[in-house]
Amino acid sequence: MTEKTVLNDTHRASGARMVDFGGWDMPINYGSQIEEHHAVRRDAGMFDVSHMTVVDLHGPRTREFLRHLLANNVDKLKVGGKALYSCMLNEQGGVIDDLIVYFFDEAHFRLVVNAATRAKDLAWIEQQAKAYGVEVKERPDFAMVAVQGPNARARVIGLLHEVDRPRIEKLGRFAAAAAQGPHGMPLFIARTGYTGEDGFEIIVPSEHAVALWQALAAAGVKPAGLGARDTLRLEAGMNLYGQDMDESVSPWEANLGWTIALDEGRDFIGRKALEAQKAAGVPRVMVGLVLDEKGVLRHGQKVLTANGEGEVLSGSFAPTLDKAVAFARIPAGEPGDVRVDIRGREVPVRVVKYPFVRDGKPCEGI
Amino acid sequence: MSEIPGDLKFLKSHEWARVEDNGLVRVGISDHAQGQLGDLVYVELPEIGASVQAGTGVAVVESVKAASDIYSPVSGEVVEVNELLNDKPETINEDAFGEGWIFAVRISDRAELDGLLDADAYAEQIENEDH
Repeated sequence: MTEKTVLNDTHRASGARMVDFGGWDMPINYGSQIEEHHAVRRDAGMFDVSHMTVVDLHGPRTREFLRHLLANNVDKLKVGGKALYSCMLNEQGGVIDDLIVYFFDEAHFRLVVNAATRAKDLAWIEQQAKAYGVEVKERPDFAMVAVQGPNARARVIGLLHEVDRPRIEKLGRFAAAAAQGPHGMPLFIARTGYTGEDGFEIIVPSEHAVALWQALAAAGVKPAGLGARDTLRLEAGMNLYGQDMDESVSPWEANLGWTIALDEGRDFIGRKALEAQKAAGVPRVMVGLVLDEKGVLRHGQKVLTANGEGEVLSGSFAPTLDKAVAFARIPAGEPGDVRVDIRGREVPVRVVKYPFVRDGKPCEGI
Repeated sequence: MSEIPGDLKFLKSHEWARVEDNGLVRVGISDHAQGQLGDLVYVELPEIGASVQAGTGVAVVESVKAASDIYSPVSGEVVEVNELLNDKPETINEDAFGEGWIFAVRISDRAELDGLLDADAYAEQIENEDH
């Protein structure tokens, strides 16, 4: 049975093309995916991300629990409302999921995890939480809307109660706060995103989601589907769980080393395996690829390097760059001249540092 | 969704064929197919002079989402290709049954046309796909 977000009818009424995404009936586009992509890069777009799983953690030992559960260190979260991106690993150092954790107070943290991994994430978190007496509570009563683009924050702030505006205006990156939205609806507004643009991700009680969506549309925010979300996050150099990493891949092999906090004395799940892999040498690396010729790089294509074969992970036409880019996992070491097998044709590609695009502009060397 | 022109014949795989006065068969993909594929970003055209067999892959269209082989509805020789698509592949999204044609074949066996779906039969097929 396919699940539906509370905005499903709204999407259909706007002429959205719907697809199954991790068991959810979601809009892939509302017409042109490329126009939606450009709307986010140049102005403001919004995505229904209500399929994502919100999990509240309660209990006096919640911070201690998260120090153990997550590969990044929640001790970086010192002020209420701050957020942190982290991997959740298994004992072998493989990635169970990537997530964002929000700090409310010592007895209350919130996780936002992926939709496609919901069941296994909840099972894992509940299993680990028992020893800490932490209560794990899923929040299906929330919807979530991501508003992204250079004008996204201004459009959202214009809809807030006047008393909340200056505070939300000053909200730093990776910080969140409560505010009153249209008709006094309670919003939880985070300055986070998955597009490489500035903006907010807004958690809203489900019963207010349609009104919020309509108010945003009336303020000139363009609905954008999961198709545009995918090209935006790829250009921005952000991983997609299941495509760029999974339980057979360590964060070292997924360019997520920056999220691993090997601070002294913290015994998080997967740490031993990560340290062992680092000491032995990480066998595979994740790199960016640019295709200057015509054609499109796609998931699963074979990558040929001086050190052996690799594989395209996320790959797509990149609308901001007007050419194809990809992430690939290849054997470690100097790769030499790299080619990708596109339907039997070996096509030369450039190995680059990514992100490919930041704040609406191609990055240097792309 | 635009109206399906009544003079077109179709393959089940969504290619259309239009028999022109000079005996050429012009080929493209249906409006339904472009809608399913989404924004097209690249078209790999066949070479002029290439010999093609009915039901075999001749061209490739790539959308942001996926690559898709284009089969020739009839056998013969490729005599024209739509060079416009090299720079503006989105023409297929905008006008699938007209300006977005892909290639034209000088047909070798006109009897092959009888094996194709007519517009009504194709309309019925995509109607069933949607439900």
